[in-house]
Amino acid sequence: MGEIIVTDLKNEKHTVEATEGLSVMEIIYDANVPIKATCFGCCSCSTCHVYVDPEWINRIEPRSEEEEEILDMAVDFRDNSRLSCQILYNNDLNGLQVTLAEETKTD
Amino acid sequence: MVDLSLIEAPPIKTAEPGSGPIETDMVIIGAGPAGLFAAFEAGLLDIKCHFVDALDKPGGQCAELYPEKPLFDIAGIPACTGQELTNSLLKQCSPFEPVFHLNQQAEKLERHEDKWQLTTSENTVLQAPCIVIAAGGGSFVPKKLTLPNAQDFENTSLYYAVRKMATFEGKNLVIAGGGDSALDWTLNLQPLAKRLTLIHRRDQFRAAPDSVAKMHKLVEQGKIDFVTGQITGLNGKDQQLHSISVKTAETEQNIECDALLAFYGLTMKLGPIADWGLNLSQNHIDVSNETFETSTAGIFAIGDICQYPGKLKLILSGFHEAALMAHTAHHYVHPDKKLVFRYTTSSKDLHQKLGVT
Ligand SMILES: Cc1cc2nc3c(=O)[nH]c(=O)nc-3n(C[C@H](O)[C@H](O)[C@H](O)COP(=O)(O)OP(=O)(O)OC[C@H]3O[C@@H](n4cnc5c(N)ncnc54)[C@H](O)[C@@H]3O)c2cc1C
Ligand code: FES
Repeated sequence: MGEIIVTDLKNEKHTVEATEGLSVMEIIYDANVPIKATCFGCCSCSTCHVYVDPEWINRIEPRSEEEEEILDMAVDFRDNSRLSCQILYNNDLNGLQVTLAEETKTD
Repeated sequence: MVDLSLIEAPPIKTAEPGSGPIETDMVIIGAGPAGLFAAFEAGLLDIKCHFVDALDKPGGQCAELYPEKPLFDIAGIPACTGQELTNSLLKQCSPFEPVFHLNQQAEKLERHEDKWQLTTSENTVLQAPCIVIAAGGGSFVPKKLTLPNAQDFENTSLYYAVRKMATFEGKNLVIAGGGDSALDWTLNLQPLAKRLTLIHRRDQFRAAPDSVAKMHKLVEQGKIDFVTGQITGLNGKDQQLHSISVKTAETEQNIECDALLAFYGLTMKLGPIADWGLNLSQNHIDVSNETFETSTAGIFAIGDICQYPGKLKLILSGFHEAALMAHTAHHYVHPDKKLVFRYTTSSKDLHQKLGVT
């Protein structure tokens, strides 16, 4: 067990409990921080788009080609853009900080 | 054993946008798996259906988000892709000839005499005693730029779709995106535009290789520009863009632009359904899990959009919901007819309807 820090679209920070083996999207979703995640982890939608804190970006597995392709459709792509459903949490990521991108907004 | 990959999508019946008023028995909003199976179940009970969908094709999420990905939890089908499932659902309901009103959003729902009247964004008007909302996660709509002033330019110099090609004639046109829409429109609009710039975040595209090759050729010939970068600002006034700011790996630059077309794919939004006075909680419509009727008589909801205790957002749940809904809807469509429960295996009457006699 560990925790991650999520900044939501209202710029509020949430410190949420993180379990090994879940994706960062699932951790955010389970903590009831609103995230659209239409395809719920199938790497098909980009509505789980987050910006990873620059300090952390090199400490997580790089993007796969499949993730790159879906990020091609991301609005407001930045160098630290990731699909949160494609980041698998493990205890090395304890303290990870991410910020939700606009397209994670639920209706 | 039937190999689903061999099932081709049958031709579907469509209608001119703006048709109507068309009278039918049931209007289904959303041609995803739940809606398509509803047309089959309704057909067995002599209920005729018309579909409205914002997408340009039937299939909902299966066809738009994962046509080539396999799913493994459709009862009785060990594996099939989203598109294969769509094709076989279309084939299954084809004997009942449902009509598809595609590329339009269901917008207004009102009472008209003893029926419901639905009007779409293309002004198609449909009248029926039953409305079925099979809207899934909402209507598929283009993703919009999130820059703070983007709305100021929308439909005057910023567009998310091409309605008339002439709009772009003689313009300094910028197209953003890296999928088939961005590539196709780059090729189609290049001859019309004064100057065309394609912007994408990297020099790789998720598009037909042939279009990508043609685009590169145009760049080589100096007929268009291709910039690897991200749009970071929209500059203009009175709803008219003059230029856009683009961040590339090396610099931040301004590109002259009086029309911008952004293609970042589609996302689902509930849209006008939220304003129809139905009982909603967190964007889901409350239904009875016996009848799948909403709080309003004659309006049903099935599939991902509906909510009841124990609801699972699975395609197979949508199928079950479609069957129960159709049996209740029968009372509205054929109030004088007694509904007799029948199996498709043995009923001569059903065989005739399915054309298998
Ligand atoms: C990548 C991915 C993988 C999945 N894998 C599985 C799986 O393995 N098994 C499983 O059971 N499920 C899976 N699902 C979920 C499954 O696809 C959905 O449960 C299913 O598509 C819901 O069907 P539906 O008919 O309710 O709605 P949808 O498929 O969402 O279709 C709704 C349609 O309604 C249209 N619409 C909505 N509102 C309007 C309006 N106002 N006007 C016009 N049109 C409108 C939309 O454009 C859309 O086409 C997956 C989903 C995704 C994205
Ligand atoms: S939830 Fe759809 S890509 Fe991550």
